[in-house]
Amino acid sequence: MSIAGFYRVRQSGVANFTPVSALIGGALIGISATLLLWLTGRVAGVSGIMHGALLQRRDTWRWLFLAGLVAGAGVWLWLSPPAAPPRAGYPTPLVLLAGVLVGFGTALGGGCTSGHGVCGISRLSVRSIAATISFVLTGMLSVFIVRHLFGLAS
Amino acid sequence: MRHAAARNASALVTGLIFGLGLAISQMVSPRKVLDFLDVTGSWDPSLLLVMGGAVAVAMLAFRFVIKRGQPLFESEFHLPRMTKVDRRVLVGSAIFGLGWGIGGYCPGPGVAALSAGSADALVFVAGMVLGSLLYRRLAAPRG
Repeated sequence: MSIAGFYRVRQSGVANFTPVSALIGGALIGISATLLLWLTGRVAGVSGIMHGALLQRRDTWRWLFLAGLVAGAGVWLWLSPPAAPPRAGYPTPLVLLAGVLVGFGTALGGGCTSGHGVCGISRLSVRSIAATISFVLTGMLSVFIVRHLFGLAS
Repeated sequence: MRHAAARNASALVTGLIFGLGLAISQMVSPRKVLDFLDVTGSWDPSLLLVMGGAVAVAMLAFRFVIKRGQPLFESEFHLPRMTKVDRRVLVGSAIFGLGWGIGGYCPGPGVAALSAGSADALVFVAGMVLGSLLYRRLAAPRG
């Protein structure tokens, strides 16, 4: 990694800590999960909703939730366009590999950051707490390998 | 089925709120997520507060919701039946984490980032669909 690249990565870290927007966004996610459970009895786990949508194509609510996810994020990005453009130039094969691992792993593990990390932990599910520890640890490991051993800035 | 339209509307609205939360907290930016996972480099604790904020709200509110015994537009709660910590959940989550650290997207932000029109997110979501199909072919329990 070049010195300039290292500096850019450095700068984008703790210097960019955004506690207020993180808490507001997090609270909205918690409100969303609560409403979905109260109104429809479903857990707001995005991977589970997606796997189910692919398996049961006629489960309309799953597609509507996913469409809402895109639209909700789109509204905010439209109201408040981010200073930096979306990431481009990160090796496409790596992005594809990441997607395959995430799709396969969440199907096998029965959840992701929202299903296990938010909803499961909120119900104090030991299974979800174990899952969260597992994916955060391997996530840190893989960032260490990609960023620091291979020197890929992202 | 009763209340099907109400359930669909609920899913759309809760999806909107969820997507709004992901965008406001900048979790749709892979760089922001990777900085959280980069504990030996440029660590950014923001993601911890996103999860903390969500868990704080849900932990309090879920109690009241579940205590009601029944959802508003459905006859029963669809809560996960699995409670055991088995090899599937540990290995599956470990594989998910590896992919999370490579791409900087987990499923929610990956789908939500489609709204930014980035080719990056599109490739990621295509990969996720592929992974989901692969799981069904190779590892899904039979029967």
